[in-house]
Amino acid sequence: MSFFCGIGVCHGCVQPPLTVRACQHIPDATPAAIPHATDIVVVGAGPAGVAAAKAAAAHGASVTLIDSAPLLGGQYGRQAVDSPYVGIPGVQHLPNTVVWAVEPGNRLHLLSGPLDAPNRVASVINAENLILATGAYDRAIPFPGWDLPGVHTAGAAQALAKGKRLAVGKRVLIAGTGPFLLPVAESLVNVGSRVLGVLEANSPTRWARGARTGLHKIPELAKYAAVLAKNRIPYRTKRTVIAAHGAERVTSVTTAKLDGDWRVIPGSERRVEVDAVCVGFGFVPQLDLAVASGCVVANGFVRVDSGQRTSVAGVFAAGEITGIGGADLAAAEGEVAGTVAAGGTVSREALRRVHKGRMFAEALAKAHPVRPGWRTWLTPDTIICRCERVDHEALREAVDLRGATDSRTLKLTSRVGLGRCQGRMCGRAVAELTGIPESVRRPIVAPVRLGELCEGNPA
Amino acid sequence: MAHPDVVVVGAGVIGAACAEALTARGVSVLVLDRGAPASGTTASGEGNVLVSDKEPGPELVLAQASRRRWPTLLAELREELGPVAEVEWEPKGGLVVATTSVAAQPLADFAAAQRGAGVDARAITASDAAHLEPHLTKEIAAAVHYPEDAQLQPVLATTTLLAAVRKRGSEVRGAVEAVGIERHGGSVKALRTRHSTIPCSAVINACGPWSGTFSRAAGAPIDIQPRRGVVLVTAPLPTNTVRHKVYDADYVGAVASGEADLQTSAVVESTQAGTVLIGSSRQRVGFDDSMRVDVLRELARKAVRLFPILADAQIMRSYGGFRPYAPDHLPIIGEDHRLPGLWHATGHEGAGIGLAAATGQLLAELFTGQAPHVDPEPFRVDRRP
Repeated sequence: MSFFCGIGVCHGCVQPPLTVRACQHIPDATPAAIPHATDIVVVGAGPAGVAAAKAAAAHGASVTLIDSAPLLGGQYGRQAVDSPYVGIPGVQHLPNTVVWAVEPGNRLHLLSGPLDAPNRVASVINAENLILATGAYDRAIPFPGWDLPGVHTAGAAQALAKGKRLAVGKRVLIAGTGPFLLPVAESLVNVGSRVLGVLEANSPTRWARGARTGLHKIPELAKYAAVLAKNRIPYRTKRTVIAAHGAERVTSVTTAKLDGDWRVIPGSERRVEVDAVCVGFGFVPQLDLAVASGCVVANGFVRVDSGQRTSVAGVFAAGEITGIGGADLAAAEGEVAGTVAAGGTVSREALRRVHKGRMFAEALAKAHPVRPGWRTWLTPDTIICRCERVDHEALREAVDLRGATDSRTLKLTSRVGLGRCQGRMCGRAVAELTGIPESVRRPIVAPVRLGELCEGNPA
Repeated sequence: MAHPDVVVVGAGVIGAACAEALTARGVSVLVLDRGAPASGTTASGEGNVLVSDKEPGPELVLAQASRRRWPTLLAELREELGPVAEVEWEPKGGLVVATTSVAAQPLADFAAAQRGAGVDARAITASDAAHLEPHLTKEIAAAVHYPEDAQLQPVLATTTLLAAVRKRGSEVRGAVEAVGIERHGGSVKALRTRHSTIPCSAVINACGPWSGTFSRAAGAPIDIQPRRGVVLVTAPLPTNTVRHKVYDADYVGAVASGEADLQTSAVVESTQAGTVLIGSSRQRVGFDDSMRVDVLRELARKAVRLFPILADAQIMRSYGGFRPYAPDHLPIIGEDHRLPGLWHATGHEGAGIGLAAATGQLLAELFTGQAPHVDPEPFRVDRRP
């Protein structure tokens, strides 16, 4: 299996040529400690979670910060393996720790230790106030050949480059939509890949319209433009990768010009030789824990009020799970959540940053939508569910012949979404292809070994 | 469509089996489900078609009839529908083991009684058991092999039955909630749904755990309660890690118990997809479906005790559901004497998949006045406890 999230969401990322898991980080010999109780528990140590922990601590609360990575920063700040660890004073940081289940009353069940280790340590923490900042992962769109080794999510390529200094390939094409493709190009250049191009499926006019609402203000964009220019990396719009080819692994791709709905413009197809492709079509919020905690999800994101409170008393949410908006917005929301959870008063400045961030997020979403035409790139035998190898035809049969009308019967008649990633990678695509809404209810939030379950001691 | 003769309320495996058997006899039906067809209790089970866990008595008779009926029914449906009738039918056999000497004699006695009732129950040695299941614990005090036990994939089976119903010109409709029955002269005149009234001469209550609620709305209450169960699913494991349906002899006691408190017993089996399913738990907690780690933990401990190799297996997901529990542990199949035209087919608890084939057949026989293939008396609504 090749295609994987790179950040520990899809549980399917063994990479034979690289013999590493992008999401596994480094083996950590430090024995996990049994956590002590704190006023506030933050899950996720990306920009939102770190800001929440800092704000809560600054308001005098005792804080626990849980993250599956060994170091702070999340995917945004993914630190290289040799970066020094920087803690937050007064905050109990539980690295290498997953929350695999949550019971009523915000009772979190934790496992600490590298995901592959046989001796992870189980613990339970009751969170009187819980701040969820679980982030997002790359949205994948299936196309013929996307399941070939050498086809990566942009996030996985980025994680391997930044975290382990590993290049996914020598001749790499980057395709998808959104500004996140640019730092991926930079990261790949930094580890020695030749980036053949960045293909943005949307159109530059949308960019321009977005610019009025603040997109042009990202100083990083100018920096990335310079990186592209310096390395002579072409940036093409309204073009994308519609198929990957190769026997054992990807050796070439077909790119094509797209119309406004992302249908292929006939005659525009080009064959490009590559040894790796990175694709990223925006982000999917990591909602599992929020849903398991009972939070109301509306329009695909956790619903929060102006204090980042969810529908569940004592549970707050911040960052990408409340709307995809990038690191600045996530940090602003985290600060609000941490402050409110600790009983403090939110500064006008923080609220203003949240407001501004949300405007930006809206512009971003408008400028980089996923258009429905991608469905026309598929063939009947295009794999849709990478884990169970369910193809487009099988999905159609489940709906047409077996009359599947909800996600549960769709899964159990076609096996779509029943594999290792539990539909985290293909869920959106399946919902768009079938018109059957996706279910994001996964009470087992992260895989747990039976042996670990046996030994766990319910405190 | 023209008005159906019969409205089947509930498109789970029992409703689907009733609808299939009725349409096979020329009765037109309308199958309704308040949610999506095959998405409730049916989608929460392991797909057991068992005789091994039933003591001699009417339920065993029904189970034996159903075990005979399933393969025939599936063959007929394959003939009629083609490949859509593929339901992962697997006559894999069951293996019941006693892991303590205390449990050995009751298991031997139970199997002997079953043999008297015609069940193929073979007492085997620990080494025979190890041969059947190489990864089974060596701590075996007694073991019984039940070659008749089988498994199928319940959602595939149900959607196949419903596909046959549709092919015969009857209709299946989801997202329609039945809320009551209209009477005329003391008999069923129509089914009331949330948005309309459907004239019909008969209604079949196949609402599973919700059939108590529907029966009260219909004015002819029956005592069916939800009994929660949870199944753990592993990531795919190497082929033949677990070959049979293997369970601890204390399972029979847990099934037969009426306790509201948590009852667990290790039930381990693989599926054609390579995953291993681990049950079973029984708990009467109403329709509360919240996560309970202590339940998972007990299941894990008992499963690993049976198959130590499973300690390293990863649990990818768990799913829970509600079984339709009848206090006397017998299904209710037949017409309600209090309201002619109202029929029940419910209360199968955890055995609905296995019992569905015979239940559908029996109900259709009674409905059309054919001679019933099993004695319907023990399943009557007005039976004496």
